Amino acid sequence: MSTQTTEKDASMLKQKEMIADHFHALAHAKKNGKKVVYTFVPGNLTELINHFGLLPVLPEINALQSGMRGKSAEYIAIAEKAGHSEDVCTYVKTDIGMLKAGNIGPTGEPLPKPDLLLLSYTGCFTFLKWFELLREEYDCPVVMLHVPYQADGAITPEMRDYVVGQIRREVIPAFERLSGVKYDEAKLRAQLALSARAEDDLVWVLESGKHRPSPIDAWFGGVYYIGPMFTSFRGTQDAIDYYRLLREEIQERLAQNLGPVTPDGPAGAERYRLVVEGPPNWTSFREFWRMFSSEGAVVVASSYTKVGGLYDRGFRHNPDDPLGTLADYCMGCYTNLNFPQRVALLESYINDYAADGFLINSVKSCNSFSAGQLLILRELEKRTGRPGGFIESDLVDPRYFSAANIKNRLESYFQMIEARRTGARP
Amino acid sequence: MNVFVGIDLGSTTTKAVVLDADGAILGRGITNSRSNYDIAAQVAKDEAFTNVRFTVLRNTLEESGLLGGGLDEFWGLLTAAFELEGYLGHLDRLDVHCRDELGRGHHGDLTLPLSSALANIVKRLRDEAPDLFSPGRRARSDFFRDIAGAGFVNAAGEIAKAGGPPFDRIVGLFDKSIIPVENESDGRGFAPRLSAAFSRVTSGGTGDKAALRQLLNRAMGAELQTIRLVGTGYGRARLPFPKDQIRSEILCHGLGAHLMFPNTATVLDIGGQDTKAIQVDRAGVVTNFQMNDRCAAGCGRYLGYIADEMNIGLHELGPLAMQSHRRVKINSTCTVFAGAEFRDRLAAGDAREDILAGLHRAIMLRAMALLARSGGVRNEMTFTGGVAKNPAATAALRELVRENYGDVTINIAPDSIFTGAIGAATFALRDSVAARPVQEVA
Amino acid sequence: MSAPVQEKIPGRLGEMVAKMEALYADLDLAAVRDWKSRGQNRRAVGFLPVYVPREVIHAAGALPVGIMGGADRIEIVRGDSYFQSYICHLPRSVIELAVVGKLDALDGFVFPSICDVIRNLSGMFKLLLKDKFVHYLDLPQNFDRRLGGRFYIQDMQHLAQGIGRLTGVEVTDSALRASIKAFNHNRAAVRRLVAARSDRPWEVPTLEYFLLLRAGYLIPVEEHTALLDEYLELVGRSGRHMMDNVRVVVRGAFCEQPPLGLLRTLERAGCYVVDDDFVLGAHFIERDLDERGDPWEALAEGFMEYSVPSASKYDEHRTKGSELVRRVRDVRGEGVIFMAPSFCDPALLDQPMLAAALEKEHIAHTALKYSEDTGQFQVIREQAGTFADGLKLWSNA
Repeated sequence: MSTQTTEKDASMLKQKEMIADHFHALAHAKKNGKKVVYTFVPGNLTELINHFGLLPVLPEINALQSGMRGKSAEYIAIAEKAGHSEDVCTYVKTDIGMLKAGNIGPTGEPLPKPDLLLLSYTGCFTFLKWFELLREEYDCPVVMLHVPYQADGAITPEMRDYVVGQIRREVIPAFERLSGVKYDEAKLRAQLALSARAEDDLVWVLESGKHRPSPIDAWFGGVYYIGPMFTSFRGTQDAIDYYRLLREEIQERLAQNLGPVTPDGPAGAERYRLVVEGPPNWTSFREFWRMFSSEGAVVVASSYTKVGGLYDRGFRHNPDDPLGTLADYCMGCYTNLNFPQRVALLESYINDYAADGFLINSVKSCNSFSAGQLLILRELEKRTGRPGGFIESDLVDPRYFSAANIKNRLESYFQMIEARRTGARP
Repeated sequence: MNVFVGIDLGSTTTKAVVLDADGAILGRGITNSRSNYDIAAQVAKDEAFTNVRFTVLRNTLEESGLLGGGLDEFWGLLTAAFELEGYLGHLDRLDVHCRDELGRGHHGDLTLPLSSALANIVKRLRDEAPDLFSPGRRARSDFFRDIAGAGFVNAAGEIAKAGGPPFDRIVGLFDKSIIPVENESDGRGFAPRLSAAFSRVTSGGTGDKAALRQLLNRAMGAELQTIRLVGTGYGRARLPFPKDQIRSEILCHGLGAHLMFPNTATVLDIGGQDTKAIQVDRAGVVTNFQMNDRCAAGCGRYLGYIADEMNIGLHELGPLAMQSHRRVKINSTCTVFAGAEFRDRLAAGDAREDILAGLHRAIMLRAMALLARSGGVRNEMTFTGGVAKNPAATAALRELVRENYGDVTINIAPDSIFTGAIGAATFALRDSVAARPVQEVA
Repeated sequence: MSAPVQEKIPGRLGEMVAKMEALYADLDLAAVRDWKSRGQNRRAVGFLPVYVPREVIHAAGALPVGIMGGADRIEIVRGDSYFQSYICHLPRSVIELAVVGKLDALDGFVFPSICDVIRNLSGMFKLLLKDKFVHYLDLPQNFDRRLGGRFYIQDMQHLAQGIGRLTGVEVTDSALRASIKAFNHNRAAVRRLVAARSDRPWEVPTLEYFLLLRAGYLIPVEEHTALLDEYLELVGRSGRHMMDNVRVVVRGAFCEQPPLGLLRTLERAGCYVVDDDFVLGAHFIERDLDERGDPWEALAEGFMEYSVPSASKYDEHRTKGSELVRRVRDVRGEGVIFMAPSFCDPALLDQPMLAAALEKEHIAHTALKYSEDTGQFQVIREQAGTFADGLKLWSNA
């Protein structure tokens, strides 16, 4: 990376440090008498886990890190050898394979075994199977938090009561037993207030994509920006500091009319503004990003950066209603939205962010995202009149990332936008 | 003359099209894509230029009135002789490369027997060649690899049976040498080859040889100046062209189909490795497209496996399927299981043609799904790609389109294999008209 | 199209089987149309696998109709354009049926929460069939009656209101009790069928067993109960002969259903299926529900306490492995065939856990995949045949 950008990387360094500290704490959890809770990203109860001094482990994050570190193929092979089908979710298989290969985390330090599995069943059916499988491996207690789906496009009072009831009667007592710490509502309120502060800055960052040129890439770059908020740091001073730094950096880029910074340095001129639906691919993350940046394509908004909450639609953790707000958070994640909601959200992004088109990256692993995406494509084309693109890959199974194929489609897609823009020349 | 060239590097064949400044097609060339895309592009382009020169020559001959009513016959003889000369030239190169291979000392005691077998085979191929390229005779393939390969294998079989070296050792010589042969363009160049062909045709002594030769030289002397060249196709990324001279095959196919059939709204292209469904606007600009996913089910390759399984030529599949009276329902178009599926059905007592009819329909069902994803079938629809030559595939498509979209005109061009190259050449022409920096291309 | 299901069966039994085959084969739902035409303002509501409390639909005055895809009987023209190659087959045929109008006889649709594909399919129906009633039934994964149970009752009541708006019928407690009673009768009859099949599998071939269960998804419950009773009486006197087949338990086929040819192949390969999860919703609740108290509570109790393990239901007490072992022992099963649809995440992710439980007890198992339109059975025949031969060798050793 060029020296020009190193100064701008303060937020990145900060995030790296936070992650390293967290995994270090995990590696020494048992020695330090800390208890460990495994749970999932969408609708996670980070504040509550931290509240009891418990340490969270997020297997999805480990799986994607394994993908980025080039380990997932090996792990998937281990899991398939142990009887898992080629057809199923590769996050699960990467996690199982990693476990069987010694459970070394992304920073090279070992991960502790869970003392509890918090099965927050939000927006993904596979989570349920995943923790049933981990329970077989670790033989530890599981707490089920069933988060109902927004089937009719809203959170009803019954749904809310159900989730609040589970948190109050099952999750909190389990955490109390595990940690020996008593639940303290005033303390939780204070944590939630901190969450909300950082959430404001995250929204500002994500919405900077409305500027032309966009100072951020809201998908490839976006996955870094959502990191602390969607994982173990929400409600901490660290998160507030990180988002403050990030916001300042982007503010500066905005003032100078600069585009995003890519792994290869500052992006060139913005030629295509895109809205993207679906998760990225992790095994060829940089190569994938380069296929966009080399063509001047910038993702200005994405649905993936909403898997941990639709903050940009106004949700904030509310200290005045601590358990209710946690329930709303759980139910409000992108993958818990119904189809009409997803289409409407993407449609508004395409319009609000003045996108030239939208692109779906359909990942083989994730049916929650992928099943029905072709209908989303069709609906969005109909409603916005803007060109839609469709590419297929996977989260962490390199067998499903065909670089030549994806590049071919992307180039065709970008050239199509260009051709449609200029019309046919005589 | 100023010309504009489009080259389409497909996974199995490489095509070139040459346009004049008015956008009229002057010539086409096609070759197999082989391992070296640069060579493939060069060969296709050479073929297209040859084709252009022949067009010019034909026009010149017609204008001269020199041959009167004998023009067509002469023309048939000349083009056949030209093909024959090309074939013989390649045969020479094959001989050289095979001898080089024998000279490497890998063959021990077999070196001498192999050498004599080779001489025998080359002589046979040479002797058989004039017959293969007699006027009006259609070769089974346009490619040297296929034509010479078939003869080589036959002869090798006979020699082996008659107590010569083992069959696979003889054929091994061909296999080792064919790639270098393909990777050389015809060493002699166009003019000497035509000249040789001319001598062959006129050796009988009819007509005014000197006057003809003069005309020939004049037509051949015309300079073809490539103003701009655009590459497309799956292999385009490997072309040694600047980026702005490369276009996606989707765009080229859309435009090419529009140029061939100006009312085209929907394009279906089924090639060896992929299937494309494209929607274009009134000007031939692509508005939407879908390609098949990771799985190759439903592509031309699938038919290739079936043909292999049945041990018949790919082009024989369609006509055989057309004989069906009772189509078998096939659900899976999984390429991996194509052979098993076929055997299973045969074992169950179904007739070959009925199974084939079912397979063709199954493939077109996949195409229908892709078409629906891209926005459906609109009037008119143009069907291109290698599979468009297959009568059973086109019949299945017509049937499905009628069932699902009603009355839609379906265009199928006999030379639809050049669709992408026509689009690319037109982009070359348009790019040079639009005030883009013109880059000279060698 | 598939070859005839089997040799012609004589007499009344033959008539019954032919009727069930016709029901199964009729993708246009003529039986449902017929039922609707026999009364004023009759409504039918479709539901997807695995389980919905049909009592609620019944009590609201509608005919519950199971939607289990198109098997190998429908050519997928449009369905594939909505789904990538790595999605299972069932939603393709369901969409195909919906968009070509073959589900027009249905006035509403219930999608139970069994996996992400069916979940998303509910939203696709909302977008594609805007004038139809679509309800996503969020079956509880929390089995505390005060939490999951309460939520489930509320959800069922929303469903009842929704269907009530179609039929004009308000679901009263007494009506719901009457429905529970009707379904209790049906459950009892299904239990008799299940028992007969596992006791004397030569009398109740897998194919007929399957068709009987499927018929229950297409005709009124009262008729189905009568059909089951008559069938059982007839097969008892059929004089069908026992063959030298092994007794296997099948798991994984609870949603997308295997084609008939596959069921026939298993038996021909030497396997009597003596326990399974085909058409699981028809035998999901193992005992009669309370007919006297609060009927909503009775339904909640049924789902939460008396339903069988299934991959799409959270295994709260970690008993699914031991339950499978117990079941295998109960039916004197000699081995287990895991038979899951391709790309079925719940079934396929469950398999390693179930397989481990079997291995601990030295119960043999094998695994194969299918899709509802699988057309070739040679590989399956060989695999099932080898498995059966292996089991025979073991038992003779």
